[in-house]
Amino acid sequence: MTRLPAPDSGDLRGRYPEVFDRPVSSRLAIPAMLLAAFGIFVFGLVELEFSPARMLAGLSQLGWITMMMIPPDPGSSLPVYLVALGETLSIALLGTTLAALLALPVSLLAAKNIVPSGIFRFPVRRFLDSIRGVDTLIWALVWINVVGLGPFAGVLAIAVADFGAFGKLFSEAIEAADRKQVEGIRASGGNALHEIRFGLMPQVLPVIAGQVLYFIESNTRSATIIGIVGAGGIGLQLAEQIRVLEWQKVSFLILMILVAVAAIDWISGKLRFAIIGQRAVV
Amino acid sequence: MTSAVSILPAQQLAVLNDAYRAAVARKRLRMTLATAVFFAVLVIAGIGAEVNPVIFVNKIGNFVSYFDRIGTLESGTRVWADIGEWFWGWKKWLALLGETVLISYVGTLAGAILAFALNFLAAENTSPAPWLRFTVRRLMEFCRTVPDIVFALIFVIAFGLGPMAGVLAIMIHSVGALGKLYSEIVENIDMKPVEGVRSTGASWISCIRFAVVPQVAAGFASYTLLRFEINVRGASVMGFVGAGGIGQELVVAVRKFFYSDVSAILLMIIVTVFLIDIGTGWARGRLFGREARA
Repeated sequence: MTRLPAPDSGDLRGRYPEVFDRPVSSRLAIPAMLLAAFGIFVFGLVELEFSPARMLAGLSQLGWITMMMIPPDPGSSLPVYLVALGETLSIALLGTTLAALLALPVSLLAAKNIVPSGIFRFPVRRFLDSIRGVDTLIWALVWINVVGLGPFAGVLAIAVADFGAFGKLFSEAIEAADRKQVEGIRASGGNALHEIRFGLMPQVLPVIAGQVLYFIESNTRSATIIGIVGAGGIGLQLAEQIRVLEWQKVSFLILMILVAVAAIDWISGKLRFAIIGQRAVV
Repeated sequence: MTSAVSILPAQQLAVLNDAYRAAVARKRLRMTLATAVFFAVLVIAGIGAEVNPVIFVNKIGNFVSYFDRIGTLESGTRVWADIGEWFWGWKKWLALLGETVLISYVGTLAGAILAFALNFLAAENTSPAPWLRFTVRRLMEFCRTVPDIVFALIFVIAFGLGPMAGVLAIMIHSVGALGKLYSEIVENIDMKPVEGVRSTGASWISCIRFAVVPQVAAGFASYTLLRFEINVRGASVMGFVGAGGIGQELVVAVRKFFYSDVSAILLMIIVTVFLIDIGTGWARGRLFGREARA
């Protein structure tokens, strides 16, 4: 067995100065960043009144609650819960559809390849941004003031909140579309509307359909919580049962939500594959 | 310049035309059926959600005038005529906004640390045992499917009212969401460095430390910043259920019809979310910029 020659560290140092002699600033940057992050973390713990005693008391309380959740049991209100779940799914579906229908024309205005002038595009984008900055629950509160308590307020809340998100996503999809089809339509004498209808839409629609399906999925989750402020659906039942400490019913409701979300996941996954799969073959 | 376009004989053309029309007709039929089913589902959903266009048309004026009302001070003047009166509680609100950002910061970081510890067990290529991977994955799924505000509702009862419940709720939700994204990054790494480290006789922990972490650190940091951004929005409504932050003030203002307060608090939330968006966007750019240069 031959021995490897001992490495000449002086030579190596000379050849790779950037590895051996990094400036102090770059060597300290990451530890300093980590230290700062940790410092703010500790400050936050103190500021938000964390204490080991409270933590322990809370955990033992949580342990009790979990024990009381088993086994999940709806009592006699299973039909009520099933109706509420249906309501939640309806809210998600209608809210998302409404948002997509409203967002499609607006997203055209926010896309660079349709509206080249920044003066016009900028306010549309900021408008969409500020709608997105407000949480769905806040929109639900506002709509309850307008149309009253109930699932209809939830539909409108999800529609408005998603309108902002869709506007942004759709306009990005439109900007990513290929110019060549559009040019082809123009070369054969089509006007601006023809370009959008026959050049852009066939490219963009499958992408948009995929996004809408994904949002229906994620809105099933959002729709479960807007009931907490009174906008209908299963969240209303959940918040009520938590307030009256009916833990078995709470765990049953949570299980129902998990199953419903998993089912919607599965269905929308299949549909998305059907839509995008077609496109991948062509 | 002229070029010859060959025209097929009539009977050959007729066959092709028929085939084309049949194909288009089949596609149209399928489209029509799908649309019909979709509308049927929509109508059923509309009945389920008690959609009432009459109420909507009657009350839509309320929605527009709501924005008019939140833009008006009690004295009847427009809010921007008297900024001092509009933002009369800015000291209190700013402190609560600070608390909101802090809640999401602490929650995100704690969640990220836990997700960091768990994700290597959940990723297909680094997981030490299949049963462990299965358990961790189901746990993460549970954490991210239950909405954070539901956790907050339960924690408020267990830990008492206050920001602590909000932090823990955000933490649990972040573990689920980040754990999934992290393990997806880990599944996409180059396995050669891992083999190299393993061939020197290193333990599992050393393999992770010296072969996996250097490849994934930037991606992890980027997703964590994105999560922080999302959690700031989430923390702004934690107060609705008594879990700290600005939400409490907002829900009181909305329910008690303090119109100008609603607009002031909403404006402050939107500006904060904007600033955090811009800040994290800048940090992500720098992070990936540096990685690209190295």
